[in-house]
Amino acid sequence: MSNLIRLNAEGVAEIVQDEWIRVIPTALGEESVRKQAGKVVLFKLTGETTFTPEQIADTQIPATGKVLVPLTVWQARKAELQARFDAGDVGIVLATHETAEALQAEFSDMNSLPLVAVFVERFADGRIFTLGNWLRTRFGYKNELRAIGDVLRDQLFFHKRSGFNSFLIRADRSAQEAVASLNDFSQPYQGAVDDVPVWRRVNRS
Amino acid sequence: MYKYDPIDQQIVNERVAQYRDQTRRYIAGELSDEEYRPLRLQNGLYIQRHAPMLRIAIPYGLLASKQLRKLADITKKYDRGYGHFSTRQNLQLNWPKLEDTPDILAELATVEMHAIQTSGNCIRNITTDQFAGIAPDEIIDPRAIAEIMRQWSTFHPEFALLPRKFKIAVSGTTQDRAIVQAHDIGLEFYKDSNDQMAIKVWVGGGLGRTPILGTVIREHLEWQHILSYCEAVIRVYNVHGRRDNAYKARIKILVKALGIEEFKRQVEEEWAHLKDGPLTITNAELDRVAQYFEPMPYETLPAHDPSFDAAIACNPAFATWVKRSVQPHRVPGYRAVTLSLKPHGKAPGDVTSEQMHVVADLADAYSFGELRSSHEQNLILADVKLSDLFAVWEKARAAGLATPNIGLLTDIICCPGGDFCSLANAKSIPIAEAIQNQFDDLDYLHEIGDIELNISGCMNACGHHHVGHIGVLGVDKDGSEWYQVTIGGKQGNDASIGSVIGPSFSAEEMPGVVQKLIEVYIRERHEDERFIDTVRRLGIAPFKAHVYADQKKGATA
Ligand code: HEM
Ligand code: SF4
Repeated sequence: MSNLIRLNAEGVAEIVQDEWIRVIPTALGEESVRKQAGKVVLFKLTGETTFTPEQIADTQIPATGKVLVPLTVWQARKAELQARFDAGDVGIVLATHETAEALQAEFSDMNSLPLVAVFVERFADGRIFTLGNWLRTRFGYKNELRAIGDVLRDQLFFHKRSGFNSFLIRADRSAQEAVASLNDFSQPYQGAVDDVPVWRRVNRS
Repeated sequence: MYKYDPIDQQIVNERVAQYRDQTRRYIAGELSDEEYRPLRLQNGLYIQRHAPMLRIAIPYGLLASKQLRKLADITKKYDRGYGHFSTRQNLQLNWPKLEDTPDILAELATVEMHAIQTSGNCIRNITTDQFAGIAPDEIIDPRAIAEIMRQWSTFHPEFALLPRKFKIAVSGTTQDRAIVQAHDIGLEFYKDSNDQMAIKVWVGGGLGRTPILGTVIREHLEWQHILSYCEAVIRVYNVHGRRDNAYKARIKILVKALGIEEFKRQVEEEWAHLKDGPLTITNAELDRVAQYFEPMPYETLPAHDPSFDAAIACNPAFATWVKRSVQPHRVPGYRAVTLSLKPHGKAPGDVTSEQMHVVADLADAYSFGELRSSHEQNLILADVKLSDLFAVWEKARAAGLATPNIGLLTDIICCPGGDFCSLANAKSIPIAEAIQNQFDDLDYLHEIGDIELNISGCMNACGHHHVGHIGVLGVDKDGSEWYQVTIGGKQGNDASIGSVIGPSFSAEEMPGVVQKLIEVYIRERHEDERFIDTVRRLGIAPFKAHVYADQKKGATA
């Protein structure tokens, strides 16, 4: 059973088969943790897990099919992926500490990508919402935007309002049940990616 | 005050349903502790020493009598018949059952109340001056904007999981009473040179483990842009604030690390994209919300009332209460009344179900059916006629709500501390009670005059000890409870963080230490000088010398 929820063109949630193969660098258990002991200069790097050049070089990329690859893997190995990208078979995964600018540096036309995913390692990492917002409102990304990783139903409503239109629910949870939470609130107050503030939406007086 | 329309009501109702299902899944084992934690916290539910603790939102401290009656009934039905008003103007229940919390929220929803975002790493309840709308020194009533911001921040999708909690305070008076400088964002409303409502924006204040007063990030912001500007600030924080260490995660740490100039540059860059967009508040929306905060239908009254003057003249107890508990009002013939939740020997801020009913009745009879809570943990009837003050006093006194100690030494701000809170290093309520008992002589209290004593049970500073004229902080030394004392802290426009006077004390020593501090003040004060002024003039040295004078060196570690 697929655990992928996608909003169709009408915005209705459907559970669909995932046609993308996620490329995950090897030896995930041994990623180095970049800690900047005692320094508070580069917040974005503090305690983030990143892949080493060796891990990236060792990463197995399936020979066929649509592949979803981390931005760092694309950056290091784009030559071998270029033809598949041209065929529309490459999607990119951003980590929550990576920036939309870094993605744009690689793809000046972001809409040449059929799929961008944001990987959230811990569900409580709210940077995913700002990233989604930026990709949609600042960088004009229009294609599929997917939340992957520690994606749980109680955050779905926020993901949706931040511009995500597909959600890969964590493997041990039911996507079937999670769908309901996309509609937890019928008339939210504030403006977000999906809508203007309520007072511009309806006449409240 | 603000009244829900069908949209507000639907959001609160949908929240109850959502939370009910989340709690059901947690109890059924479908949600782990870690997954349920932020969900329950964003509904004000802590798991504490004895039981969960539920924090109910009182937006900017404003309550209707019918809401207070509902709170009274809830404390009776689901708790032990009392509640606790917190330093952020909210109400806490100390003994609810987890399984009951969805029902409690459903009951709250029937009176337009909730517990949304009273805790957790999100934008919290927005606080303000308890005299908003009636204070003679008020330039702008900030409550309409506060309500617009309440709605904006409620379930804000982008800011649902910030690095840490985020507190906003608003104030529109010349004398700040909302401690805007001790908040993540502080908004100071004023009229600019074009006579338009404008806002001075402070950022990066906060107490807690690393007390820092805020810095001005923008001197002049037109009110229309307050939402887009706050979004820019919080967005920069959401992306760059530390998430690897909870103690370094508040915005104040980011602002310090980047420096205010760099932080401001990033905010302005972000704001340039948002400014003048759909977040710009329209006149129509401000007008729609502002109509709920129109002045009350006051009567035209003379500035003096003969019956009031007569009562003052012949009843010294009433006169004493008036001196402390009655505050000025901008409309002639009206006053604000502060009901003391600090009777000597009781936990500061606690109020019983019966007392809540009395206060609700007083509000209906004498104050247009509304009341406020203050961050000093008292209740306020904001619109009482001079001619009614005597009746209010008699009824409040009968209910134990008229201790004439407002602004005095025993009007202590105090966190729940070790009796209730699992983060505590030490108990705080018994210290407050012991000090209140030591200074039980009202004449002496009045002789000491205006002073603020704040107690926190640990460095999280829920009791605002850093900004108390006298601050008491519970510390842990080798597993036993000790108390560190600071003096010279202050809230207000000239806010300051207190200085530690020396080694800490045991619980038994504390009333004596306060006594000694007061003795130095009485000895040294100039005429009309408050305790804080004397400390500022003399520094801590004479206080320190007297407090530690007869202690053998090393007696207290
Ligand atoms: C009993 C359970 C409570 C727990 C577990 C708790 C927890 C905390 C923690 C961890 C902090 C520090 C946060 C930080 O520095 O980032 C804090 C600060 C604070 N809490 Fe509490 N608290 C509790 C009760 C209360 C109560 C009853 C009040 C009001 C009387 C209160 C008001 C505050 C305030 C005003 C601060 C300081 C905010 C600042 O840093 O600017 N808390 N609390
Ligand atoms: S200051 Fe410490 S002891 Fe007091 S309530 Fe806050 S966390 Fe608990």
